[in-house]
Amino acid sequence: MTQPGRRREGALQRREKRLAYALLMPTFLLVLAVVLLPLVANFWISVKPVTLADLRPPTLILKEQVRGDFAAAGDNARLEYRYRNSSITYPLEAVVFNDTLPSGVVVTSLDPACDLEKAGAGIRCDLATLVAKGRGKIQIGITATKAFGGDKSSFKASRPTVRFSSYNVMTSFDFTLTNFERIFSAAEFWDVLKVSIYYTVFGTAGALLFGLFAAQIMQKTFPGRPVIRGLMLFPYVAPVIAVAFSWVVLFDPFSGAVNAMLMQMNIAEGPINFFGQRMVTIHIFGYGISLPMALTMVILFEIWRYFPLSFLFILARMQSIPSDIYEAAEIDGASPIQQFWFLSLPFIAGILAVLFLLRFIWTFNKFDDIFLLTGGNAGTRTLTVNVYEQAFAISNLGAGAAVAVVIFVLLLIFSVIFIRFSPKDAG
Amino acid sequence: MKIWRHGLFGAVLAGGVWASLWQIVVTIALILTTGTGLTLQAGPAMLAGMAGGMIAILFRPVGRLLRHSAGIIVVALLIWGFTLGAPFDPDNLLQRWQSWTALAITATASWFSLSATIGEMLPVMQARYACEKFYLRLLWGLGLTMFVLIVSIPFYVMVMTSLTSQQSLLANPLDFSIDPSVGAAVLFRSYIELFTKYDFGTLLLNSAIVSVATVLITLIFSVPGAYAVAKLRFPGRKWLSGSVLLIYLIPAIILVIPLYAVFSQLGLRNSLLGLCIVYPATTIPVALYMLRGYFAGLPSELDDAGLMDGLSRLQIITRIAMPLSTPAIASVALYVFMIAWNEFLFAFMFLDDVKLFTLSRGIVSLNSSEVPRQHLMAGAVIATTPVLVLFLWFERFLVSGLTAGSVKG
Repeated sequence: MTQPGRRREGALQRREKRLAYALLMPTFLLVLAVVLLPLVANFWISVKPVTLADLRPPTLILKEQVRGDFAAAGDNARLEYRYRNSSITYPLEAVVFNDTLPSGVVVTSLDPACDLEKAGAGIRCDLATLVAKGRGKIQIGITATKAFGGDKSSFKASRPTVRFSSYNVMTSFDFTLTNFERIFSAAEFWDVLKVSIYYTVFGTAGALLFGLFAAQIMQKTFPGRPVIRGLMLFPYVAPVIAVAFSWVVLFDPFSGAVNAMLMQMNIAEGPINFFGQRMVTIHIFGYGISLPMALTMVILFEIWRYFPLSFLFILARMQSIPSDIYEAAEIDGASPIQQFWFLSLPFIAGILAVLFLLRFIWTFNKFDDIFLLTGGNAGTRTLTVNVYEQAFAISNLGAGAAVAVVIFVLLLIFSVIFIRFSPKDAG
Repeated sequence: MKIWRHGLFGAVLAGGVWASLWQIVVTIALILTTGTGLTLQAGPAMLAGMAGGMIAILFRPVGRLLRHSAGIIVVALLIWGFTLGAPFDPDNLLQRWQSWTALAITATASWFSLSATIGEMLPVMQARYACEKFYLRLLWGLGLTMFVLIVSIPFYVMVMTSLTSQQSLLANPLDFSIDPSVGAAVLFRSYIELFTKYDFGTLLLNSAIVSVATVLITLIFSVPGAYAVAKLRFPGRKWLSGSVLLIYLIPAIILVIPLYAVFSQLGLRNSLLGLCIVYPATTIPVALYMLRGYFAGLPSELDDAGLMDGLSRLQIITRIAMPLSTPAIASVALYVFMIAWNEFLFAFMFLDDVKLFTLSRGIVSLNSSEVPRQHLMAGAVIATTPVLVLFLWFERFLVSGLTAGSVKG
């Protein structure tokens, strides 16, 4: 009785397994194609001297033209092929093209590079190797016979077929470490790394603290609370492009309201370029303190935009705390700060840790915000902005990919540290 | 003696803080709505508030109406007196009714804040509990005011700048006053020009196409996948549900170079189809994670009953699991829509053709010195409105979607 039962279960299990894999397959393939393979490809590109121009592979540009009158029988003309190597760096090798001639055309003289094909209706030209930027032309004398249709455009009807082999830097097996040498030896690389760390640490901690504060405020019931809770999520929900440009407009040195307000109230003497000035010196009690201005501004933006997320999670967690423990604490005479410190905080410690971890990584990965606010200028270039800068502004894809590799390695290190030290009951 | 524990000290402090804060807020609001150059008198207002706080805690008339109306009048008189009869504009720039309204608002707001902060406190030494309660009330009010202001000001500036011409913006950056008498065509000039000259209708349509397609593709892929992870037993299931979120931690900027290279070769780069491939790949892992949690909560007995009745697994998904998890699917759909609508990096890198621009891509091209700021902000309003309307409409779904989205528990 048990034997067949077990076998049946095995068959069912196999079917279930197959079904599960079938249901997951599309997701797996898409993620593989768009996330995992590019991740590997990024490593590949990072050890290759690739520039943006290499994305257009070298090719032979060939133009065909008949020079002279060529319509009636007996007309003589020249058939001309102009060719050019499109690449400015790589040669084309073993270049050969074939072309079919219209009926009624007889070849009178041939270029040494070309042969008539056996059937007589076609030509084959062997251009051998064509250096970078190399160009030239081939001329063939032709005569029309009675069979010719009388229309020169019939030459264009048959497009020449071209064959060649060329060097493609993307698929070759030549590797180099110049990309890494270049990014590590660049004077600003360590600055970029430092800015990245500052931005990530202060952005994450600030957003978390503001979120915690906002959650404490919104836990109390008061009239208009639902409206204000919705309002508090606006910065996170609105498109980054809209809020980033609003900040740029608000803090504009010439037409921005903040600068005008500061000058109106005699707090600032002249316009301050909040997003364009690297350092600012603040005088307090005669001491001058230098602060990075643009970096502080992008960190403030980061806090402003992402505190709603922390707020939402912390509020959700706090509302799940049973209220009777607070009542018990009240009876025991615990003060509000004691209640927060010894009751609320232990309850939300897990979510705080998880939020810190996720926000840390996401802030580290953030590109849009800084790119839109400052374009990575004035001392705000983080590693992610540097990827863009190297790959697309300087057109050195290889160097950009190398920076991306650095980001990935740092992310791995962060993850390992977080996994080791994260509280086991997190969430 | 710890003076800060005394009720009188607290009341004076709260009065000073609130009156100066509201004086600042109302002055700024006045400047922004009238465009006049006013002088900020936070110091005198603070002294007035301190006096008000002292009066408020020492004299407590019985009866709410009497107490509040007397309080407001006293605070108003104090502010008026301490600012030498000109609370906002010593230079007489405002109309008289504007000054009086502003004073009334400042006094009312200051009084109610003050009275709520003081609560039932008496002018005696306070016990630790009452003392903490008092200071937390003060902090609560300050925090709430601060959050409301810092969140709403950039949005206010966004909307108002979109209605202000470049000349008047440069002439007086503080003048956000709206003059309805100029007519709708002048007021909404930037919006009209964006739709006629800059082809924002196409941009809006492109964004809508990409976002809706992303939502549909994400759901088509993630619903079966989430069901499999939640309900079916197969080797690797535990590992899969743990590692699916790791995909979410990989930054887009790492993927953008290889995808740019490959999509260029395939001819997918400068096309909406390319975006419709990339966006779902980044949203599916989250969607799968969110839906998995919901499906796992559905009782397995329902599936078994369905199997007994001869339904196939696919029919169980479409006829049992999906109808029961409409709220979860709605929140996933909203969340994914929001991500796709707001996405900037890939749209910026991939699209070259103006006809194919999404809103994000199109608005970046408005950020140049040749285009007035008014147009840039109008573009920002156009991009923001649909998501905010959707968000306010379905706030409940979106909030639960966000909280389920990235963190478990």
